[in-house]
Amino acid sequence: MILRALLLLVAWALPATAEEEVLAGLSQSRISITADFDGTELLIFGTVKRDAPGDPEAMTGIVVTVSGPAQKVTVRRKERFAGIWINRAAVEVDRAPSFYAIATSAPIRDILSWTEDLRHAVSIPRAIRSVGAPSEVQDSEAFTEALVRIRTGNDLYQDRDSTVELVQDTLFSTSVVLPANLVEGNYTVRILLTRDRQVVTSFDTVIFVQKVGLERFLYTLAHEQPLFYGLLSLLLAVAAGWGASEAFRYIRS
Amino acid sequence: MQIYLPIAEVSVNAFLLLGIGGLVGVLSGMFGVGGGFLITPLLFFIGIPPAVAVATSANQIVASSFSALLAHLKRRTVDIRMGTVLLVGGLIGSLIGVQLFNLLRKLGQVDLLVSLCYVVFLGVIGALMFIESVNAIRKSRRGGPVTRKRHNWIHALPLKIKFRKSGLYISVIPPLVVGIFVGVLAAVMGVGGGFIMVPAMIYLLGMPTKVVIGTSLFQIIFVTAATTLMHATTNYTVDIMLGLLLIVGGVIGAQIGTRIGLMMKAEQLRILLASLVLLVCGKLAYDLLARPAELYSLTPVIL
Repeated sequence: MILRALLLLVAWALPATAEEEVLAGLSQSRISITADFDGTELLIFGTVKRDAPGDPEAMTGIVVTVSGPAQKVTVRRKERFAGIWINRAAVEVDRAPSFYAIATSAPIRDILSWTEDLRHAVSIPRAIRSVGAPSEVQDSEAFTEALVRIRTGNDLYQDRDSTVELVQDTLFSTSVVLPANLVEGNYTVRILLTRDRQVVTSFDTVIFVQKVGLERFLYTLAHEQPLFYGLLSLLLAVAAGWGASEAFRYIRS
Repeated sequence: MQIYLPIAEVSVNAFLLLGIGGLVGVLSGMFGVGGGFLITPLLFFIGIPPAVAVATSANQIVASSFSALLAHLKRRTVDIRMGTVLLVGGLIGSLIGVQLFNLLRKLGQVDLLVSLCYVVFLGVIGALMFIESVNAIRKSRRGGPVTRKRHNWIHALPLKIKFRKSGLYISVIPPLVVGIFVGVLAAVMGVGGGFIMVPAMIYLLGMPTKVVIGTSLFQIIFVTAATTLMHATTNYTVDIMLGLLLIVGGVIGAQIGTRIGLMMKAEQLRILLASLVLLVCGKLAYDLLARPAELYSLTPVIL
């Protein structure tokens, strides 16, 4: 019974009409943030499976995106007020990925049309959704640009043009470096196969990024047992202060 | 060696944190100050979020003050009664301060508030201390006695209490107000507030110098402990890992600093401390006045 249901599911999931299919693998499907976590490199590789040989005239492209959990971001701008620089105007960006990397097999506009980019939210500016700005802010684009600029500076947004290696329009591989300042959550890896700047098919998978061990324990404790956590911090502080003075007295005598 | 801080959610070099703790520890041992006013700006500088820096340095001050308080208790240089009055004020003040901190955090103005507080208080205290110690040095060269006015408007206030250890009979209102003020600063700036309280105790309350440090330590420990707890329970911003590294560096540094401090003259120490305070103040003032390299800042909220 279960077997039959599974078979049905598999048959349904496999697109019977599609001529091409992307199959991909990742070097890791789970990233653990431990105490000595200092970023990691993610290898993404795969193949394009075809029933019949593809059209040799058409330009084939591969676009790989890695996208972190979505956030609402308040972008503030400093202005000079009474001689000092303070935060004045603010714009809320409704949805921005905490991390976003895009790697392509060729310059993006050669393999992905503008409309397809918009439809699938592929390039960095398209992956950010900003609905509206308060009426007193005229230049809301400057705020989204600043968001991209700051995050690019922190390696949280990466535009890695032409870094996907594509062999004979079939085998592809690339790597994305995930920085140390990762946010916990599910990261979506998406691979788009394009032909003549149109998306033909895509492949999605998820990587879990999670604090583990001591990091997990402390974070959970701080949020679920804040009073106990606070007392523990104080106890450690007092013990360290007292211990050090005793130790030094012992050394001196 | 990089270490990932669980609450601050950034990866920092562990030796850098030990070094900062150690440096501030040396200074606090030399000058007998908590060093919060140095540690918080230094943490901002290496990229720790301000809210975490303020909350965690309050925790660090508990550690650095504890062993010093033990020594003062042994020498009987703590006025417990005066300390308790200051403490009551301090607890009220830190409660107000944490609320103020939360409110401004929501408005996105917390960095400004913290910086402004630093510039104003460090500037005023640093300048006063500098002038005072220059005068003291001049006076000691001339060989004249250092005189201090004993009676002022403070003595006209009601609700007088006897503070035996300090040899004072004054109203509880001034120490209470001093305590509240220091409590607010402790919560907002992540400092112990010794640099405000010690001058206030000497010049405003007229306490004898020998009980001032011990009594202020007594108040600071309890107020910073309360502040740590409040930040931990309302904002979840105390980073125990960050705190531990700073503390380990700090307690070792403090022992070294105490040795250095014993080799120097009091006036020289005060001038040095005043210059240091003014230097930090100048740096923060410059950051407020100069055009920042990046005008925009981000505050993300997980959906």
